[in-house]
Amino acid sequence: MARSHPNWEVVIGLETHAQLSTRSKIFSSASTAFGAAPNSQASVVDLALPGVLPVLNRGAVERAIRFGLAVGAKISPRSVFARKNYFYPDLPKGYQISQYELPVVVGGTVRIQVGDVEKIVQLTRAHLEEDAGKSLHEDFHGMSGIDLNRAGTPLLEIVTEPDMRSAAEAVAYAKALHALVQWIGICDGNMQEGSFRCDANVSVRPMGSDKLGTRCEIKNLNSFRFLEQAIEHEVDRQIELIEGGGTVVQETRLYDPDRDETRAMRSKEDAQDYRYFPDPDLLPLVIADDWIERVRAEMPELPEAKRARLEREHGLAPYDAAALTATREMADWFEATLAALPGQAKLCANWIMGEVSARLNRDEIELAQAPITATALAGLLARVVDGTLSGKMAKEVFDAMWAGEGSADAIIEARGLKQISDSGAIEKIIDDVLAANPKSVEEFRAGKDKAFNALVGQVMKASKGKANPQQVNDLLRAKLG
Amino acid sequence: MVTYEASSDQAIRLRFPWFFPKILPMPLAIEDVARIAHLARIHISDEEAQRTLAQLNDIFAMIEQMRAVDTTGVEPMAHPLGGSQRLRDDVATEPDWREAAMRNAPAHENGLFLVPKVIE
Amino acid sequence: MSELAQSSVAELGRLLAAKQVSAVELAELFLARIDAHRDLNAFLDVRPEATLAQARDADRRRAQGETGALLGVPMAHKDIFVTREWASTASSKMLEGYMSPFDATVVEQLRTAGMVCLGKLNCDEFAMGSSNENSAYGPVLNPWDKGAVPGGSSGGSSAAVAARIAPVATATDTGGSIREPAAFTGITGTKPTYGRPSRWGMIAFASSLDTAGLMTHSAEDAALVLSSMLGFDPKDSTSVDRPAEDCARDLAKPVKGLRIGVPKEFFGAGLSPDVEQAVRAALDVYRGLGAEIREISLPNAALGIPVYYVVAPAECSSNLSRFDGVRYGHRAKHHGDLADMIKRSRAEGLGPEPKRRILIGAYVLSHGYYDAYYLKAQQVRRLIADEFQRAFTECDVIAGPVTTTVAFGFGEKAADPVSMYLADLYTVPGSLAGIPSMSIPCGFGDKGRPVGLQLMANYFDEARMLGAAHQYQLATDWHKRVPAGF
Repeated sequence: MARSHPNWEVVIGLETHAQLSTRSKIFSSASTAFGAAPNSQASVVDLALPGVLPVLNRGAVERAIRFGLAVGAKISPRSVFARKNYFYPDLPKGYQISQYELPVVVGGTVRIQVGDVEKIVQLTRAHLEEDAGKSLHEDFHGMSGIDLNRAGTPLLEIVTEPDMRSAAEAVAYAKALHALVQWIGICDGNMQEGSFRCDANVSVRPMGSDKLGTRCEIKNLNSFRFLEQAIEHEVDRQIELIEGGGTVVQETRLYDPDRDETRAMRSKEDAQDYRYFPDPDLLPLVIADDWIERVRAEMPELPEAKRARLEREHGLAPYDAAALTATREMADWFEATLAALPGQAKLCANWIMGEVSARLNRDEIELAQAPITATALAGLLARVVDGTLSGKMAKEVFDAMWAGEGSADAIIEARGLKQISDSGAIEKIIDDVLAANPKSVEEFRAGKDKAFNALVGQVMKASKGKANPQQVNDLLRAKLG
Repeated sequence: MVTYEASSDQAIRLRFPWFFPKILPMPLAIEDVARIAHLARIHISDEEAQRTLAQLNDIFAMIEQMRAVDTTGVEPMAHPLGGSQRLRDDVATEPDWREAAMRNAPAHENGLFLVPKVIE
Repeated sequence: MSELAQSSVAELGRLLAAKQVSAVELAELFLARIDAHRDLNAFLDVRPEATLAQARDADRRRAQGETGALLGVPMAHKDIFVTREWASTASSKMLEGYMSPFDATVVEQLRTAGMVCLGKLNCDEFAMGSSNENSAYGPVLNPWDKGAVPGGSSGGSSAAVAARIAPVATATDTGGSIREPAAFTGITGTKPTYGRPSRWGMIAFASSLDTAGLMTHSAEDAALVLSSMLGFDPKDSTSVDRPAEDCARDLAKPVKGLRIGVPKEFFGAGLSPDVEQAVRAALDVYRGLGAEIREISLPNAALGIPVYYVVAPAECSSNLSRFDGVRYGHRAKHHGDLADMIKRSRAEGLGPEPKRRILIGAYVLSHGYYDAYYLKAQQVRRLIADEFQRAFTECDVIAGPVTTTVAFGFGEKAADPVSMYLADLYTVPGSLAGIPSMSIPCGFGDKGRPVGLQLMANYFDEARMLGAAHQYQLATDWHKRVPAGF
């Protein structure tokens, strides 16, 4: 696990490739759906057959604009696609179409929180580019297989300044970004399918130095855990190297999660010279203000704004507001619950962050797959508010609802769980209990408070737990008073 | 079939002397040829590299005259007609090209292109 | 039947409409001529069954009442356009036997117009060259003089049309590859404005310069066929979104009062006297027709060659990277690891000129040289283009020589790249600017070899340029001369 290095400062910048959730590829009309038979979704453009030409997908550009607006960046009125030239069998044209000198999104910030500390991570840029295909390494008579289904899938590469100072900060940033791209609907965030991948640039320097150390780029980080482990491992490696009298060489390293180590990539041994130049098959991408304004008008409320509003309008504590805006689904769910049960923000928040989250974790599912709806939850909570259910009974009903037994009211009816809130009925039970327990009554009158609790317990038992506990309390005290 | 004689056209050299500077700037060295041949992934023998070096230096000597032009403040011209990129609607309409692609493939199996082992 | 082979596209269209000849008969006639003149090496792939099927289809369409000036007229494609029914090789060993699963837009357009494809035409490998000597499938002979080159890169197209073994052929022009071979073979070669014909399905050489065009007997034929070839193509991002137009609309317009600019730089030292004499005589014809000849200046045009030999190789080095032996094309039989497989496949599959240009391109784009070469070239390119714009405020069309000499002999320049590159001295500036230009025959020079007159016009002004050419051809008969034996 992470070793402590009090004399060293860690400097991390992240490059994240978010696969944009378009239906078709960035420069061709082939489908981007995941998991198709090899090369069945590679069009003549993706295969780079002789004579083909790229045409840019509007949907990809619009998602880049959405991202730029979400992070408060500048949307370039004019950006340029360039060719990044290198040979690799999964790169069919022998160049990747990317953006180099003039990216579509410039600047922007992402706010992160590590423990109690808030921090702003500055973004350098975000640019549009195409993904490469895949090399399959299972053995074909000692050869590799090339599948170009993924070639041409649109990516937004999001680059930060070297602003992070620990693996924990890097993970916090990656998580915040992961939530954001899903929140604004530009990426499905599926890390297992490679829809959200991080490369980390890691360097170390003596504490107090303002000169950056030599960095290594770690690739292939497709989970937050790997990101954290890889950075920690790389930091240890670099410090050990320097303290042992060595120097860090700038290189690209690959993280191997099985061995929890990074190793230099063989294919990148050559000094790279990508020979970038503007792609003559594509004209400059011009984004007019009115397009930006249209996208802005369609933007969902962003997490930060929503968090502030939940605190302001519904009196939620900052912690609750932050937890409820961790994902857009969660926030939408909360707001849908609250809409059906106005004025009960705290109750809704407690239940969603408590019972609902616990069940989701237990069942390892997302909110979208939850067996109950926000409205159904509101239906249950309404019975708590109107006194029909005690908190304990409500949990029992909730379990039944989660198990698919129907609405709160149907379950209350079927199980006869209705709380007794009729004063007359409760008084009658109290009278019976008092008559049957003269000793406890005597003890209470002699000043023993414990005896009161024993009597409450007896009343609740006699009512099979259905008596409204608050009413029992009040009525009992009045009778004994 | 025509047979070639490896003779350079002396007449044209006399008519266009400015394209054939007498003192060549020789911007390239043999290492440059090796470097760019590797960048371009073209196998080149030592003998070919020597011959190529001489030709490339001829060509770059001719190109030199362009570098003397004052282009301060001139916007580079990437496209003859200017204009801006047209955008395509985000719809997936392509058929499955796999079979057609495999027909031209030098080596393939199970719909995959086969290549010598890829080592990362 | 040989008289029929001399007919223009317009005449063949009229004969087909009058049912005096069928598309099948025409196809058979030209297929027989192609076979009889195989020594020219103009064609790389001929498949009579595919041609005759298209001809039968054209006859059926006509029988069903379809009309159209091109319906049933035979033509042939430069082997830079990909075709589903004929192999598409770009005259490279790299693509030997390659079958495209789709047709180029230009191929589709002419097919829609009812033209019947005779096969694929030889050219310089990947359209790189000025003599057709760079074809992996052997050089093409000039029908006027079998000891001379037919020009390049569209040498198969020029030879086929000059020899009347195809009435019209497509071609492509990146730095002069239509105009120079047209001049060398005494035919009409037309390059429209860059971006007007689609590049979809053209095997790319230099994307910002490549332009599809035509080899024809006359300007009239060019106007007729070109009208079916221009137009917006959503598959090509650089395609100009303008409505199709009738390129023949100005053919009948007299040139009286037409301002013809003659760049003095095109007549300097270096222009050989026989070519100069024929070109000046052509200008006299225009003067006689009432055109106003005025001298203009294009001071930076001479920098066209150096600029071109930075820009075109840069683009080609990247465009030809896809030929790696992975998905299609040549793969070396003997190789080591993956990188070696790619290096050897490219070394074996690509010829010397593409390799040379790929290396130049890799160099000018490489780290530390980009600004000094590539960026600089793009700036000087702007200066050249701006010069044309200034010139077109003073004149309507520009006229001058196409080449410095008539067609040269085989092997004369093959070992000296720079002297070969100078064959495009007068054509490259128009290519860099992207303006329409053409070559029309205007006489004969040394050894009785043809001379071409170059006409250039401003962007989208093809109709005016073709009109000026047609008026000249009404007054002269150079374009009707046919080499002996054809």
